[in-house]
Amino acid sequence: MTATLASRPRPAGLRAGWLAGGVAAVLVALIAGLAFGSVALPPGGVAIELLNLIPGVRLHSGLTEREVAILTELRLPRVVLGLLVGGLLALAGAAYQGVFRNPLADPHLLGVAAGAGLGVTAVISLRAGTTGDATANLPVGVPVAAFAGALLAVALTWLLGAAGGRDRSPATLILAGVAVSSFLAAGQTYLMQQHVDTLREVYSWLLGRLATAGWHDVLIVLPYAVVTAVIVLAQRRELDVLTVGDEEASGLGLHPQRSRYLLIVAASLGTAAAVSVSGLIGFVGIIVPHTMRLLAGPSHRSILPLSVLFGGAFLALADLLARTAGGQAEIPIGVITAFFGAPFFIVVLRRSRAGTP
Amino acid sequence: MIRARDLRVRLDGNLIVDGVDLDVASGEWVMVIGPNGAGKSTALRAIGGLLPFTGVVELDGRPIDTLHRRERAKTIATVNQTPTVPPGMRVLDYALLGRTPYIPPLGRESAADLAAVEEVLESLDVARFAGRRLETLSGGERQRVFLARALAQGAGILLLDEPTSALDIGHQQEVLELIDRLRAERGLTVLATMHDLSVAGEYAERMVLLAEGVVAAAGTAREVLTEENLAKHYRVRVRVIDGEHGPLVVPVRHR
Repeated sequence: MTATLASRPRPAGLRAGWLAGGVAAVLVALIAGLAFGSVALPPGGVAIELLNLIPGVRLHSGLTEREVAILTELRLPRVVLGLLVGGLLALAGAAYQGVFRNPLADPHLLGVAAGAGLGVTAVISLRAGTTGDATANLPVGVPVAAFAGALLAVALTWLLGAAGGRDRSPATLILAGVAVSSFLAAGQTYLMQQHVDTLREVYSWLLGRLATAGWHDVLIVLPYAVVTAVIVLAQRRELDVLTVGDEEASGLGLHPQRSRYLLIVAASLGTAAAVSVSGLIGFVGIIVPHTMRLLAGPSHRSILPLSVLFGGAFLALADLLARTAGGQAEIPIGVITAFFGAPFFIVVLRRSRAGTP
Repeated sequence: MIRARDLRVRLDGNLIVDGVDLDVASGEWVMVIGPNGAGKSTALRAIGGLLPFTGVVELDGRPIDTLHRRERAKTIATVNQTPTVPPGMRVLDYALLGRTPYIPPLGRESAADLAAVEEVLESLDVARFAGRRLETLSGGERQRVFLARALAQGAGILLLDEPTSALDIGHQQEVLELIDRLRAERGLTVLATMHDLSVAGEYAERMVLLAEGVVAAAGTAREVLTEENLAKHYRVRVRVIDGEHGPLVVPVRHR
C-alpha cells in the first residue's frame, strides 16, 4: 500500500465545508427574504436588526420604527416559517427515499401530503360554522388531523405498492402513491363541496401559502419540526446500512423493520406539520435531497442535515420569488416549486430508469 | 462452531429444509452441495439467523435465538449469493458497514473501527480501491470487498453462499485460496455452498450433500462425491477420477 496519509479516503460523513455552505445558504435566504419585498430594506440594516434579536445586543441599524416592525412582525415569521417548512419537506423526502430505497419517494408522490391535506380540510370545513375566517388562526388540532391523514396515506401506499410483489420497481410504489393521492383528493373535494362556505379558504391553503403566517404558525410547527429532525437525524447511519437491503442489514445486527417504522412515522409527522401550516408545496422533498446526493455523495450522514439547511433556504428563496415576481399579486409558492420541480423530477425519473438513481 | 439439529424451514408454506443435522467444527471448512432447489441457500440463511426456522441452531455452543441481533452479527457473518451494491457507495464505506454491530445507537465509527477495516482491506488486497465506488470494480474485486465487509464484523463463523458463482475459473481459485488462507490465519469456521463439485471437494474438509431438503450424504469429499450419489441426486452421468487434492467430477454424455 503506497497511499500516503493525505490521499487516504476518509469515512463518509458530513464535511465541515458542506455544513458551512448550508449555514451560509440559510443566512443568505434569511437576509434576502427580510430585505426584499414591497418595501425594500437595506440588507446591512436587516443583518444588524437580526443581531439585535439576541438578548443583550443593542446596535444601531438605521432602520425606522415602522421598518423594524415590518421586519420583525411581518417578514421574519414568514421567512422563518419558510425555512422550517422547506427543511421539514426536504428532510422527509430524504428519509422516505432512504427507507423505501426509492429515488422517487417524496411526501407528495407517496400520497402523504394528500392524506395530511384531507385531514386539514376536514378540520377547516367542520369548524367553519363557528368562526369567521377559518384559516386566520390555525387551530392546534390541525396538525394532529394532518398527521392522522398522513399516516393513513403512507400505510395505504405501502400496502398497495407491496402488493406488486418482492421485485417491485421504484415506479410501482409511486403508482400506488398516485392512486392513494387521487382517492384522498376525491374525499377532500367531496368535503369541500359539502362546505362551500369555506371553499375559498381551503383553496388558498391548497395552493400552498406562507402568506398568512404569523408567529402563531411558527409556534405550531416548531415542536413537530424538532421531534421529526431529532428522530430522522438520529437514524442517519441506520439509513446507510439499510441501503444493502433488509436481509443483509439484519445480518449486520440492525432491526430493519423497527428503523423503517420509526423513520416513516417521523417523516410523516414532519410532512403533516409542514402541510398543516403551508398547504401543498410540492417537489421540495425531491429536488433538495437529490441535489445534495449529487453534490455531497450518497451517505445519509451528509444528505439528511444538508437537506434541512438547503431545503429551508430553497423554500425561503422560492417564497421571496412568489412575493416579488408577480408584481402586486402574489404567486402561490406551490406554483413556484412545481415550476422548478417538475422538470427536475423527469430528470430523476430518467436516471432511475437507467439504473443509476 | 456450528451445530444444527432437525433444522426445518418453510418459505411461503413450502417445506424447503426438512430436518437437517449439520456440524461444523471450530476452524473447519464444510461445503454444502446439492442440485438446484435442494435447500442449500435456505439452510444457510436460517443458520445465519436471517430466516425463521424450527429445530436447533447453536453457534459456539449458544442457541442462536438467545443471541441479540448485534451479538449474533459479531458471531456469524454471511455473504449472500448476490449482495446488494448500494449505488454510489465507496469501498471503504461499504466495508465499514461491517462494523455496525460495534457502533452504539447514535454513535459513529471509532478510530478502532476504521483501523479494523483498514487492516481487513489490506489483507484482502483491496485497500487501493478504498476510495473507489463499489460498482466500478470487477467481479473478482467486488467479491473480495464483500468478503471484507463480512470479515470486518470480526465474527469467527463465516457463511458463504456460492462465493464464486460470478467468477471465471482463475478468479474462482484466487478467491477460494484467499478464504482458505484467512481461515488458517484467523481460525475462521467456514460453511459454504458451491456448485462446482470438483472445486468444492478440493477445499472442503467435509461435505454435505443436500437433496430435497434433507441430508443425502455427508463425509469427506471421497465419501460424498461418488458416481452413485451424483447419479442418484443430480440425475447425471459422471466419471469420478481421483485427483491430487480430491476426487475430480467429469460429466459424461449419455451415449
